[in-house]
Amino acid sequence: MQLPVESQKTAQIRLILNGEATDVSFAPYKTLLEVLREDLGHTGTKHGCELGECGACAVLVDGKAVLSCLLLALECDTKSVLTVEGLGADGKLHPLQDAFADLGAAQCGYCTPAILVTAKALLDANASPTRDEIRTALSGNLCRCTGYQQIFEAVEDAIVRIASRDASNAGGASPSPTAKDLR
Amino acid sequence: MSDRGEMRVIGVARRRVDARAKVTGQTRFADDIFLPRMAYCKLLRSPHPHARIRKIDTSRAAAHPGVYLALSGKDLPIEYGILPVSQDEQALCVDHVRHVGDPVAAVIAREELTAFEALDLIDVEYELLMTIADPEEALAMPVPRIHEYGEEGNVHKRVSLEFGDVEQGFGEADEVFEDTFFYQGNTHLPIEQHASVAIKDPGGKLTIWSSTQTPHYLHRALAKVLQMPAGHIRVIATPNGGGFGGKSDPFNHEIVVARAALMLDRPVKICLTREEVFYCHRGRHPVLMKFKTGVKKDGTITGMHLQTLIDGGAYGSYGVASTFYTGALQTVTYHVPRYKFQGCRTFTNKPPCGPKRGHGTVQPRFGQEVQLDKIAEKLSIDPAELRLRIAESSNAVTANFFRLSVVNLSECIRRVVKNSDWKEKFRKLPEGRGVGLACSAYLTGAGLPIYWNKMPHSGVHIKFDRGGGVAVFCGATEIGQGSDDVLAGIVAEVLGLETFDIRLYTGDTDLGPVDLGSYSSRVTIMAGNAALQAAERGREIIAEAAAEKFGVPKERLQFADKRVFDSAAPEKGVTFAEAVCLAEARFGTIGAIGSYTPPKSPALYKGGGVGPSPTYSYTAAVVEVVVNPVTGWITVPKIWIAHDIGRSLNPTLVRGQVEGSVYMGLGEALMEEQEFRRLPKKLSNALVHKFPSMLEYKSPTSLDMPEVMTELIEEPDPRGPFGAKEVGQGPLLPIMPAVANAVYDAVGVRIDEVPITPEKIMKALAEKKAGREPRFGPSHFPNVNWPEALRVPPPWEGGDGNAVNDVPRAGKHRAEKEKVLSS
Repeated sequence: MQLPVESQKTAQIRLILNGEATDVSFAPYKTLLEVLREDLGHTGTKHGCELGECGACAVLVDGKAVLSCLLLALECDTKSVLTVEGLGADGKLHPLQDAFADLGAAQCGYCTPAILVTAKALLDANASPTRDEIRTALSGNLCRCTGYQQIFEAVEDAIVRIASRDASNAGGASPSPTAKDLR
Repeated sequence: MSDRGEMRVIGVARRRVDARAKVTGQTRFADDIFLPRMAYCKLLRSPHPHARIRKIDTSRAAAHPGVYLALSGKDLPIEYGILPVSQDEQALCVDHVRHVGDPVAAVIAREELTAFEALDLIDVEYELLMTIADPEEALAMPVPRIHEYGEEGNVHKRVSLEFGDVEQGFGEADEVFEDTFFYQGNTHLPIEQHASVAIKDPGGKLTIWSSTQTPHYLHRALAKVLQMPAGHIRVIATPNGGGFGGKSDPFNHEIVVARAALMLDRPVKICLTREEVFYCHRGRHPVLMKFKTGVKKDGTITGMHLQTLIDGGAYGSYGVASTFYTGALQTVTYHVPRYKFQGCRTFTNKPPCGPKRGHGTVQPRFGQEVQLDKIAEKLSIDPAELRLRIAESSNAVTANFFRLSVVNLSECIRRVVKNSDWKEKFRKLPEGRGVGLACSAYLTGAGLPIYWNKMPHSGVHIKFDRGGGVAVFCGATEIGQGSDDVLAGIVAEVLGLETFDIRLYTGDTDLGPVDLGSYSSRVTIMAGNAALQAAERGREIIAEAAAEKFGVPKERLQFADKRVFDSAAPEKGVTFAEAVCLAEARFGTIGAIGSYTPPKSPALYKGGGVGPSPTYSYTAAVVEVVVNPVTGWITVPKIWIAHDIGRSLNPTLVRGQVEGSVYMGLGEALMEEQEFRRLPKKLSNALVHKFPSMLEYKSPTSLDMPEVMTELIEEPDPRGPFGAKEVGQGPLLPIMPAVANAVYDAVGVRIDEVPITPEKIMKALAEKKAGREPRFGPSHFPNVNWPEALRVPPPWEGGDGNAVNDVPRAGKHRAEKEKVLSS
């Protein structure tokens, strides 16, 4: 008996998902978005159109922000993929996540995962972007809740938090997380 | 609240209680739910705007490998709808499709792709009917009827209300202004597409998770259509990935997956495509309006007559309420001593319109505020000064019998005038640059529920446990606005805890008492007041036990910093958890309940149920624009806004609601439109959505968003929890008219139509150049067969809230009416 096409997981790749080598089998026509959500259980990455219009599915592939709904998973073999699930480390939120949480940059939270990773790609490439550079970097990510202003402010705040984190890390081992860090 | 009167949580800008889930991607939206054995559902939708279904055959689809079930209209024939007066939808159309996208059949399969492929195997024979494209066609063509109910032909609802003799008002005026405006429809465009998952739970009952703003109303619709006891249905509203009103109706896809899950005994999921979300719509109604307003030389309004013609689309939805809303709030903003309102909603063969942020009040707000700008200019009064002269005042009862509470409109105007440097800019900026001002008012919660009943609008249970845990149960639905944070903030403040200490169980019809839903800006005041009452009752129980233990009067006890202690000797105290144990030892299991019912409204006439609210928020905004006179291109460098919030429960979230409203208003002002076109005759001549995609339906990006300067006016309103009023919708309203007024200041042309596009500006500039009226907008209002107006004398003419030419409303005795009026 023939399986429905979606169940024929004949494609297999190995990717570095949030720092971990991960094998996954899937139907070969599937996009990275579908494989992440449906085959790997990583539902943090969202979708709003599946046509490359809204930006809600952005993830980082080899450090670059891409729309996972327009990328075939088959093209990601051996690549490094970062999703919102991989942003925090050592039980702590990434400074971008802390800033977004503190400053109201996430309202409904649906576009947030993609905006966070897109902002991370920006800050990785440019440690202190201007407001206009932030605007431009996020111009492919639609947000219907915030009016963007608190998002810009959170990215700017994260710049300061990252600088202070890096400065304190340079001074020795990173402190173990406190109860507050874990919220 | 601490007894020292200083608050630790309320009014403090802080991380919202659900922020961590949102920034880690752990918020579980409906489409994030994956269950073992889950099947997928797809709907077959009509390609025709108006047709009879002659025959439908799902047998080939049902036989397709991988397909579990195919359903059509006969499987779910019972009609439903959000309003009791418009039960006009079927989950799958039985014999009549009314817009492109109306669902006619469903396939449930092992895989989503299989379900999608099998849609092609459903055979439907349609008999095409004449398409009604807009309200003027609907008025002119009573047949074919889109629905078999309504006023007549394709007229869904007509209303006519008169509060005092407006003709007398016009007679007393020095000038009478008549203006026609058109507000194009637009849609919510939440980034999350609607999704639902239904299961037959292990006990054989139905559970559905759905991206809905109104789990209680969905609960009722499911019980009706599935003919099941409501007690056997559990609706869980998952956090909505944006709502804005677009997830407030019970939807066909929700009913279909529920039925399928019960039939298959498997989880069934549906997630709409973006195109389907455009077909669900329920967005802003296109409205043609005519304002006739009489004023004295000093700007005082002597009378106003408003007519609205409303394009309802294919179903009733909230449309009867929307119709009344187009005439409700004119009097709540400015003093209008005599007021006549006539509204007419027609059916058309387009996706149904419904409530979008500002529901029904947005369109006439545009007309009213632009007309006031014209009046100010003619009378040579500064538009800000004119509004200060006519602004409504606290505790007034309006001509249409809405009782106001705290009104801080004038203060909002003064702040934006100051912050924007208005007096240095208005009519003084160089050609091509201009400023515009507009104001608004909005409800803080609808005063009446959607179905008539005497029960509370919101309820809260609080459970206290021995470890000091506090769990709050409430039907309130988190749609991103921060309703969970409102509940947590209020409870934490009363009990001297942090919001992080509070566990929330919301939007679940099994776990929490009913809250009517996240619509009409009602959650803060209604769920908030219910939470306040429950928390205060819980505190009372704990305080009594602690007071006994300490041997002090309980009034002296203070709840703060997670302790319960004697305010006269703060070292004498216990932790909050210990205090709960004392109470449990003394009284048994500790819980508390609270509920909220809005005050009675003095508007007793028929139709007076739409518009009353416990209190109203007020907003003023100034928008600056730059218009390129060669291309008509508009840019908005800055917006100043002041909002009368009563009290900010969490200023970070309040600011987010203001700026989000400004953003959405700017999108409506400049680009967003739900437009339709006919396909060429050789295809089908069908009326189709012009751009059912996010790429072509333009909405502002991060590059389009100007700087916004927000100021909050805080004067606690006695009706709100800790004095809070609404903020989710009101700040959207002044943006569109302020843009139009600014465009006039910049280049001297009136755009009496939304959206205000470069093309319209160029046309108006051409008119100006040709020496004609420098304006773009509608020129006529069609004849409507208005019913005789219900005549309600306003309070200052001795009215008691009833119409003089209608039977008094059932069950309302005169003595009771008078009590309501004087209370």
